Amino acid sequence: MLRLHDVTKEFRVGAFGGKSVAAVKGVSFEVVPGEVVSLIGESGSGKSTIGRMILGLNPVTSGSITFDGLPVRAGKEYYRRVQGIFQDPFSSFNPVFKADRVFSMIKEAYYPSVPEAEWRERIATSLRDVRLNPDQVLGKYPHQLSGGQLQRLLIARALLLDIKLLVADEITSMLDASTRIDVLNLLAELKARGLSVLYITHDLSLGNYLAERTLVLRRGSVVEMGLTERVFGDPLHPYTRELLSAVPRLHTAWDDAAPVETCVYHDRGGSDGLVEAEPGHFVACARLATCS
Amino acid sequence: MSLQVSELKVHYRTLKGDVRALDGMSFGLGDGEILGLVGESGCGKSTLGKSLIRMDGRMRRVGGTVVLDGRELPIDDDRAMNEFRFREVSLIPQYAMSALNPTRKIRRMVTELLRSRGAALDLAELERRMAQVGLPAEVLDRYPIELSGGMKQRMVMVISTLLDPSLLIADEVTSALDVSTQKAVARALLGFRESGYVKSMIFVTHDLALTHHIADTIMVMYAGRLAEKAPADVIVKAPRHPYTKLLLDALPEVGVRYADRRLEGIAGSPPSLLNPPAGCRFRDRCPIAGEECAEDPPVAELAPDHHVACWKA
Amino acid sequence: MTVIQEVAPREPAGVRREALYFAARNGKLMTGFGIVAVLFLLGLLGPLLVGGAPNEYGPKPMTPPSGEHWFGTTTFGQDVFTQFVHGLRSTFAVGVIGGGIAAVIGMLVGFVAGYRGGIVDEILNMLTNVILVIPTLAVLLIINAYLGIRSVAVQGLFIGLTQWPWAARAIRAQTFSLRTREFVDLARMSGAGTGRIIAREIAPNMSSYLFMTFILLFGGSVLIASSLDFIGLGPTEGVSLGLMLQNANQWSALQLGLWWWFVPPGAAITAIVGALYVANVGLDEVFNPKLRET
Repeated sequence: MLRLHDVTKEFRVGAFGGKSVAAVKGVSFEVVPGEVVSLIGESGSGKSTIGRMILGLNPVTSGSITFDGLPVRAGKEYYRRVQGIFQDPFSSFNPVFKADRVFSMIKEAYYPSVPEAEWRERIATSLRDVRLNPDQVLGKYPHQLSGGQLQRLLIARALLLDIKLLVADEITSMLDASTRIDVLNLLAELKARGLSVLYITHDLSLGNYLAERTLVLRRGSVVEMGLTERVFGDPLHPYTRELLSAVPRLHTAWDDAAPVETCVYHDRGGSDGLVEAEPGHFVACARLATCS
Repeated sequence: MSLQVSELKVHYRTLKGDVRALDGMSFGLGDGEILGLVGESGCGKSTLGKSLIRMDGRMRRVGGTVVLDGRELPIDDDRAMNEFRFREVSLIPQYAMSALNPTRKIRRMVTELLRSRGAALDLAELERRMAQVGLPAEVLDRYPIELSGGMKQRMVMVISTLLDPSLLIADEVTSALDVSTQKAVARALLGFRESGYVKSMIFVTHDLALTHHIADTIMVMYAGRLAEKAPADVIVKAPRHPYTKLLLDALPEVGVRYADRRLEGIAGSPPSLLNPPAGCRFRDRCPIAGEECAEDPPVAELAPDHHVACWKA
Repeated sequence: MTVIQEVAPREPAGVRREALYFAARNGKLMTGFGIVAVLFLLGLLGPLLVGGAPNEYGPKPMTPPSGEHWFGTTTFGQDVFTQFVHGLRSTFAVGVIGGGIAAVIGMLVGFVAGYRGGIVDEILNMLTNVILVIPTLAVLLIINAYLGIRSVAVQGLFIGLTQWPWAARAIRAQTFSLRTREFVDLARMSGAGTGRIIAREIAPNMSSYLFMTFILLFGGSVLIASSLDFIGLGPTEGVSLGLMLQNANQWSALQLGLWWWFVPPGAAITAIVGALYVANVGLDEVFNPKLRET
């Protein structure tokens, strides 16, 4: 459904864009219908840039992104099927308008002919799907709602369209632990409707909770990808191992094994640098066997 | 006991009235103890950290005392607190990036800071401590912009503990960092205690799992009050307060998958602290709340060092 | 579905009605607009009611305010009240034309440069800076001297054409910071185009700022116009408040104790700009829902 092929993104910096910095280097992957894929990386890994390119908010420097075989073209038709939600719920809503304006915008652009009563019903259904009480959220300003409620409103907004793919970029990182998991569960439920979710996060435990497949990014390249249980259960790339060992866990002491020596091929990321270590499990390391 | 906080009440003044950010907090902190302070946003954990070192203009102490090493801290007297800051109580702010003046080299900044506190710079000691957290001495001749987030954070840690304060408050120091840097910063904090640079520490965070790795004792706050305080392992393995239990249940861990075990969050949201309802403040969200919860639950010591504020615990 | 019907109509019209509701209840806004409206009406209707040419010399020079001459007379026996109402009219005209033109150009350039960024921004920015460093007053002098502009409207036009650059810069900077906010991305993903995003997402966020810009441009135009008037390059027919002030100054009204000559025009300029400022603070409260509740 969604296919990235050798996607590279360079940002021009300096006066008159004299220099350029590569944020994403030769990334290729695919998302199939009804699949939750998580994109894991630290700051500077290019994960958000990839999300924005898929959403057509930033152009691709080279390579291609196709959706159902057609190249991404930012526009009404594309956004009917692909939507995104971002990290900061408070900045996702225009503070001078009521929060439910995000729904009217959808109506104006996509369903101008739907009668008002029916539209209200659709909103109510959509809100119930994300476990929001219409009375509590409609007619309020963004600052009168909590972060968790706002993020759910955005999911409800996406559900009003017949979307096939939702790009969720760090959507829980500003939420409290007690509400974060509910938003994650909602994402997982979308799958049951046949939706695909691209879940972008820096938090390994969240990615692990949700996704069927995981991609680990480092400095703009994919270093490892495969089924989540394989990537987390049997990480092959030194970087993935290092990340996993650094995650604080409740019931186990911090892994005190000396930090993994960085593999000499660690910069060999990119589409052609990936080796299929086992079926469906790719790693950007040419000497898997010896480098741990 | 190096720190003893009794019945501390701190309110925020707003146009709509007083927000009771801290509503009668009492706890102690022993010598060499690291206390992890966790809770949701708005529970008062940052207010507590701030109250112990510098109250901002809108904050007002309504009652209670703070005693550090036998001396009462004049927490609402900004001038008088100056004598204690850096020497007795020190703070590592959440955004170390903005705590450093961008136009000064680190060396000059440290020298000026120490001079303003009437202390001379012991360069050898500074470099030794920097080495301990993995910062090369060259860092001193760089500008803050040339350092990465983790390096800045560690630099600020070294600076703020240079005068060996008795109490160090680390306010969300790791939240803006990547996992791998976060681990290094957390380790460095532990190292400070071992080397005796700080006697005790309050580690404010929203990350329960991370606290567990650093803290000896964990204190869970809810809506301006203490919910539960116990040794770190006890909080994680045998929590008594329903809020702590639910919070732990909502925590995804590496290895827990949606497909295998569906975690649940805590329904509802914390009460407004502008006019908090009477009785237990967790009552509305609590699955086991009963009649008696209409009255304020006292903080009881259910087991040695295990304090819980719940009728049902 | 009864539950949902209760929270029913929330259409654009409803939003506007709500803004009006808060506007009507806002004391600052009403006071500010009230003062401006009174002075505006005075300028609009005054000349019709008073009659007589403002610069006509009268038989009774230097008389203090009386029933016959409400605001007294000048050294030349001109009626100050007649001058005042005519002056108000041309001052409003210059302020509205000059400030309006500058605000429109400033917004257009600022919004487009700030939102589009890149090469568009660089070109527009260069243009802005070039006009910014041209000594405005000198250019106006030359234009006025050569073209012999004698009408208030053309004076306003030229003031407007030279005054916009700083407004453009300020609006560009604001737009720049707003366009990275995620609600702009969300609007794009709701199928909105550039113009719509600027008009409906970015501009409302800085509406009080835009209004403030207009007020400052308005005040600036009034002041520049009175400077031009002073050196004899203003409209030859009629008067303006600036011209009255300059005349009063020139004929030593202060030293002669003719306070009624310079106080009304001075007070009127201060009142107009001041009242617009107060209204602006009120407007901020109307447009920013966070400030409403306090």
